[in-house]
Amino acid sequence: MNKRIIYGENNILEKRKGHQIGMGVEIQKKSTEVLAKIEGDIDHHTAAEIRKIIDENISLLKPKLLKLDFSGVQFMDSSGIGLIMGRFKLVKNIGGNLKVVNIPKRLERMIKMSGLTKLGIF
Amino acid sequence: MAEIVNEMNVNFFSRSCNESFARTVIAAFVSQLDPTIDELADIKTAISEAVTNSIVHGYKSGIGKIYITAKIYENGRVSIKVKDRGCGIEDIEQAMEPLFTTGGSERSGLGFAVMQSFMDKIKVTSKVGKGTTVSLDKYIIRRTVKNEKN
Repeated sequence: MNKRIIYGENNILEKRKGHQIGMGVEIQKKSTEVLAKIEGDIDHHTAAEIRKIIDENISLLKPKLLKLDFSGVQFMDSSGIGLIMGRFKLVKNIGGNLKVVNIPKRLERMIKMSGLTKLGIF
Repeated sequence: MAEIVNEMNVNFFSRSCNESFARTVIAAFVSQLDPTIDELADIKTAISEAVTNSIVHGYKSGIGKIYITAKIYENGRVSIKVKDRGCGIEDIEQAMEPLFTTGGSERSGLGFAVMQSFMDKIKVTSKVGKGTTVSLDKYIIRRTVKNEKN
């Protein structure tokens, strides 16, 4: 995995591209809030890399609020639901909260099916 | 019985990087029916779920081959079979229950529920120690007929 770290530029702390073309995660930190912008496809393969990048930053930065930005997600199967569930548990364990923002319309059906809307994270 | 217009086969190793390969291949094949973006996304999602199941569950102890056959019928039906020669499913009914998973906390247990919801028909056959076949059907409303005779 190529790692590119940018400090200070638009609060971007870290930007990584995965093995797959167009897959990446951008981490931004604003006081106690961490924003993870996910780009590309989320499937079982890419979810492993996305999870690793986000979890490293959760344990390092211990955010009070973790925001997952889905605006750049082109495709998602149920692995995306697993990814949200896993981060929800992780952030709750350290006393933080999770918000999922900018969900593209085409992914709404999957989110509704999952029952995750009951968690109040959208 | 509607006549088969086109058919394709592809097989590949059960490596997770092939999940995107599988759905891209299927999307390219189905594209000749001129599906809507939503129809194509539904099929891609269902294939991704089926292939992931074979990788995560069927071949949990190693790498095996996944076989996909896709058929297009005259009436716009797309029939896709995803087959593995993996460990098989002991209790198919339980495996298909929404939220049931043996895949740990990072798996949602929604794979079969998604396939059911996004496709028109699903059939699962499995034999323990022999493997699993998931058959998925979807009707694409045909707007244009391309390459019918080619």
